[in-house]
Amino acid sequence: MTMLSVAGLAVSRGGLPVLENLDFTLEAGHALVLRGPNGIGKTTLLRTLAGLQPALAGTVSMPPESMAYAAHSDGLKSTLTVRENLTFWSSVYATHDIEPALDRMNLRSLEHRAALSLSAGQKRRLGLARLLVTGRPVWVLDEPTVSLDTASVALFAEAVRGHLASGGAALIATHIDLGLDEARVLDLGPFKARPPEEGGMMGAFDEAFL
Amino acid sequence: MIALLLRDLRLAVRAGGGFGLGLAFFLIVVTLVPFGVGPQGEILARIAPGILWLGALLACLLSLDRIFALDYEDGSLDLLVTAPIPLEGVVSIKALAHWITTGLPLVVAAPVFGILLHLAPEAQLWMIVALLLGTPALSVLGTFGAALTVGLKRGGLLLSLLVLPFYVPTLIFGAELVRRGAEGMNTQVPLLMLAGITAATIALVPFASAAAIRVNLR
Amino acid sequence: MSIWEYANPVKFMKTSDKVLPWTIGLAAVTLITGLIWGYFFVPSAENFGGSVKVIYVHVPAAMMAINIWVMMLVTSLIWLIRRHHVSALAAKAAAPIGAVMTLIALITGAVWGQPMWGTWWEWDPRLTSFLILFLFYLGYIALWASVENPDTAADLTGVLCLVGAVFALLSRYAANFWNQGLHQGATLSMDQEQHIADVYWFPLLMCMAGFVLFFVALVLIRTRTEVRARRLGALQQRERMA
Repeated sequence: MTMLSVAGLAVSRGGLPVLENLDFTLEAGHALVLRGPNGIGKTTLLRTLAGLQPALAGTVSMPPESMAYAAHSDGLKSTLTVRENLTFWSSVYATHDIEPALDRMNLRSLEHRAALSLSAGQKRRLGLARLLVTGRPVWVLDEPTVSLDTASVALFAEAVRGHLASGGAALIATHIDLGLDEARVLDLGPFKARPPEEGGMMGAFDEAFL
Repeated sequence: MIALLLRDLRLAVRAGGGFGLGLAFFLIVVTLVPFGVGPQGEILARIAPGILWLGALLACLLSLDRIFALDYEDGSLDLLVTAPIPLEGVVSIKALAHWITTGLPLVVAAPVFGILLHLAPEAQLWMIVALLLGTPALSVLGTFGAALTVGLKRGGLLLSLLVLPFYVPTLIFGAELVRRGAEGMNTQVPLLMLAGITAATIALVPFASAAAIRVNLR
Repeated sequence: MSIWEYANPVKFMKTSDKVLPWTIGLAAVTLITGLIWGYFFVPSAENFGGSVKVIYVHVPAAMMAINIWVMMLVTSLIWLIRRHHVSALAAKAAAPIGAVMTLIALITGAVWGQPMWGTWWEWDPRLTSFLILFLFYLGYIALWASVENPDTAADLTGVLCLVGAVFALLSRYAANFWNQGLHQGATLSMDQEQHIADVYWFPLLMCMAGFVLFFVALVLIRTRTEVRARRLGALQQRERMA
C-alpha cells in the first residue's frame, strides 16, 4: 500500500527554490532515507511534506491523518516530567496509551524525571517516544539520531524496524548510517533547483520583478 | 484541547508564579499611584477605575510574549501545528490559558485593590463585572499580537506597540462601565458594548491569529 | 486585457514611468492653486479670524489620513487574495505617508484649536481617534520593518491591516461615546464645514484634490522604489546562485 507519494515536487526556503522535480513513493513497511549535504533542503522538504509550508510546485498525496512529524528540536517542555510530556501528546493524538512507548524507548526508569534533567540523548529518546504515541503510520523524521550514542541509535533503528513491521512507513533525513540496511536511500543532490537557463525553477524567485 | 489547556496551566505554575507575577505587578501599580497623585481619597476614588484598568492592561501585556515564544523556541509549536487539532483551537486555548493565569486572578483580586484606591463601594461590583467581561478580550487580542511577532528576535516592544491600540475600545467601555456604575447612571450601553466586543473578539480574532502563526512558521 | 496586468511589476514600472510625471505636475498645479486661492483670495471669516485658513491643509490631510488606511486595506486584501506583489508593496509604500498625513492633521488641528478653543489639545473624540489611528500606523510600519522575509512581512501586515481597520473604526465610536459621557455632548466638532459658503468650499475642494494627487504621486514613487529594491534583491540572489 502506498503511504506517501510525491510527484514533481518543488520546495522553497525563504522564497528561494532549493529542490525541484522530486518524485518518489513510500510503501507501507518501507523506509526511505534522504541524504545530501547541508543546505540542500532536507529540512525544507520535510517541513513541506508535514504541511508547515506550501509547495512551490507538484503534489504530495497521502491518506488523511497519517503523518507524524519530528523536527530537529524535540518540542519537550523542560518543567514537565517524561510521563507528562508523553501523556500530553497521546491525548492530543487521542491514543491514550504511553506504556509501550516508555518501554520501547527504554524510558521506564526516567518516567518521573523532569525533562529538564535529562541528557541530550535521553531527550532525543523521549522525542522519538512521542512518535510512538502518535499512532500515526507515516513517520517523517528530521535528523532523528542527533546526539544519540551507538546503543541509542541501535535502539532507534529497532523502534523504526518495529514500526515498519507493523505496517508503518518512515521518511528519514540523516547524515549517519542508521543500520537500517533494508531502507532505500534517496540522494537529493540531483534534485537541486537549477538556474533558469537550464530550464530549472531557480528563476522562480521573484522572477516577476525582472 | 483540554490536554493543551492543562499543559499550559501546569507550565505556568511550574515556571514559577505564573499566577502570582501578574498580581504582584498589579499590586505595585496600585501602590505607586498614590505616591504619584497624592493620598487624597476623593482624587483616588475618581481615578480608581482608570488605574485598575490600566493595571490590568499592563499586567496582561507583560506575559504576552511568552504565549508562543517558548513553544516556538523548543519546537513544540511546529508539532502543535502538525497535530490533529485545528490551529484556531490551539490559539483559543492559549488565550484561555493566558486569561486564567493573568486575567482571572485580577478579577478576583480587584475588590482588594479597589479598597486600596478608595473605589466607591457601589462601584466594586461593576469593577468585577467589567474586568470579567473585558479581560478575555485583552487575552485574545494579545494572542493575536503574540502570533504576529512569534518569529521575531526583538518582538517584545513591537508586541506592545501592536497590541495596545487594540485595547482602546475595551479600556474605554470597561472604565466607563465602572464610572457610570459608581455614579448610579445607566450602565446598559457600556455593558453591552464591552460584552459585544469581547464576544466578537473571541469569535473572530483566533482566525487571524492562526493565519499569522501559519505565515510565521512557513 | 484585464486590470490585473498592471499588477505585474514590469508592466507596473513601465506604466507608472509614463504616468508619474503627469501626476506630479497635476498635483503641484492643483495643490499650489488651491492653497494660494484659499490663503490669499478668500475673505477672512469675521467670527473665525485668520487662523481658519489652516483648514486648507487640515481638512485634506485628515481626509487622506483615513482614506490611506482604506487604500492599504484594499491593497492588502488584493495581496492576500491574489498574491500580487505590487499590491503589497503599494500598501507598504502608503503607510508612512498615511502616518505623516495623520500627524499633519493633528498638528494643524492643534494650531487651529489654540486660538479657537484656547487650548492646544482637547480630548475631543475626533482628535483622540486620530491619535489612535496614528498609533495603528506606527504599529503597521514597525511590523513591516521588523520582518525580514518580504512575503512573510506582507502577509503579516496584511492581516494586521484588516484587524486594525476594524478596531480603528471601533475606537472611533468608543471615543465618541467616551467623550459624550464626560462632556455631555459639548464637543467642539467641525461640522461647520457642512454649512460653509461656496467661497470657502471651492478652494477647499481644490486642496483636497491636490492632496489626493500628491498622495498618488508619492505612492507611485515609493512603490517604484520598493519594486526596484525587490528587483535588486532578486538579481543579487541570482548572482549568488550562478
